[in-house]
Amino acid sequence: MEVVEIHDQPPSAISIKDLKKSFDGREFVLNGMTLEIPKGRITVMIGYSGTGKSVLLKHILGLLKPTSGSIKIFDQEITQMTVEELTKLRNKFGMLFQYAALFDDMTALENVAFPLKEHRRELSKTKMVEIARARLKESGLDEKHYGKLPSEMSGGMRKRVGLARALALDPEILVYDEPTTGLDPVLTEMVDNLIVSTHNLRQGTTSVVVSHDLYAAFRIADHVVMLDSGRVLLHGTPQDFLNSDIDLVKRFVAKGVRKELQVHEGQNGNGTRSVE
Amino acid sequence: MVARDKFNRAFDGFFIWWALKFRAFILEVGALSRFGLHGYRLFFTKPYRWSELVTHMEFIGNKSVGIILMSGFFTGIALAYQIYLGFKMVNATSLVGPTVGMGVTRELGPVLTGLIVAARAGGAMTARLGSMRVTEQIDALEVMGVNPLQYLVSPRLLAAVIVMPLLTGIFDFAAMFGCWLICIKLLGMDEASFFDRTYLWLEPYHINEGLFKAAVFGLFFAVICTHRGFYTKGGAEGVGAATNRGVVLSMVMVIASDFFLTSFINMFYAVFGMNNWK
Repeated sequence: MEVVEIHDQPPSAISIKDLKKSFDGREFVLNGMTLEIPKGRITVMIGYSGTGKSVLLKHILGLLKPTSGSIKIFDQEITQMTVEELTKLRNKFGMLFQYAALFDDMTALENVAFPLKEHRRELSKTKMVEIARARLKESGLDEKHYGKLPSEMSGGMRKRVGLARALALDPEILVYDEPTTGLDPVLTEMVDNLIVSTHNLRQGTTSVVVSHDLYAAFRIADHVVMLDSGRVLLHGTPQDFLNSDIDLVKRFVAKGVRKELQVHEGQNGNGTRSVE
Repeated sequence: MVARDKFNRAFDGFFIWWALKFRAFILEVGALSRFGLHGYRLFFTKPYRWSELVTHMEFIGNKSVGIILMSGFFTGIALAYQIYLGFKMVNATSLVGPTVGMGVTRELGPVLTGLIVAARAGGAMTARLGSMRVTEQIDALEVMGVNPLQYLVSPRLLAAVIVMPLLTGIFDFAAMFGCWLICIKLLGMDEASFFDRTYLWLEPYHINEGLFKAAVFGLFFAVICTHRGFYTKGGAEGVGAATNRGVVLSMVMVIASDFFLTSFINMFYAVFGMNNWK
């Protein structure tokens, strides 16, 4: 593993040590992963498919138990926690799923109010609606869409509602699972901007983004973590990533650049390259 | 010698196949029992899900009333007519009412209601939970710190057990109405004799037996269908397959368990006395 020394490194929000996970007892999806995710920064995790990104995310959220190793969230060891303790801890998390995972029998407003209804029972209904509306506004959804069901919304609108729902309980850690996968370049940029603006609005919030999208990583990341074969291949700033001598990283960067050029050529329609 | 070896291998293979099937069956029953018990237990822990319970009772119960009324009515008509044709040969047509009554309240009512509701509401339960699983809505609940088993499964389990006896009561009533209609209005039987014989032979414990069976069928199909839906894997195809398996297994369970339940209830009545349960 190559870990580039990062100056002014803040304390860790998530600390992972020698994490191993095997589903069948033979092959390890996570193979001794060690990683520190700094507090108050945007960390983007990238890597080829099957390198363990989603499995790592599920471990961080306590949805999977590791075979061995340690995961600390704000210095609390979570691998030995009971379901009740984990449930309590998860209130510190907000998560935007790949396809937003909105409850399809609830309107946008009801989706955002749902976590409040579950965890802030002391609030009045009016107050919950007020908070939900504020979160939807913060995520940039037009007021005329608040009463719509997810099936009546576009992909971008669903992402905004998903983000508003993730923000409902003022989480300390925001997790984004492949937020731009399957979106067109315009929507991808919109979601990236949304991640950055949300992060800027909520100083101190730790953001963890799992992505395939290399350019998105460079647009939004303070730190980049590249995973390979269940281990951290590189952990550093976007610049460290670009300057890396690791063969796999170079290939990943080269492929990402080529893909981005194709996208922009397609967008311009005249073959003009808009990426330098 | 070679033929004997081949026979021995085939013989062993046959038993190994059955042993593996039996093991899988035992594991499945264990998993379903654990899931059901855990689901029921969670309903009685905080936060209580009363509004979800009412929602699911409305879905399983209220929305099934129409189909149950129709099925009950036509079952009553068909059964009464067939029994009338048979009893006419031995000049015992006055017993059509109580015979239909006993058959419907003890057997046909709970079994047909179980089959209809398992297909309608059970299938919908599996499909709903399955689609929530594959679209990560169940994961979203977990990440939000909401126990998905308590929020999604527990109210459905309890709702099915509460609503099934009510639906069976409606089925019984519709079937007896159909029986009365064909016997009195179409076949011209004596109405006083019809009611007199029915009151004489049809006892409350016959009705109780059917209602008890209905609650157990509700328990079975709700546990099976929610379990299948909750652990669905593999996109839209997985949801379809889970729904299919859930409904088929529920229907088989309703029919297969009916015999054992009947034996159990009769044993119970024999031990504790029928008159105590009138």
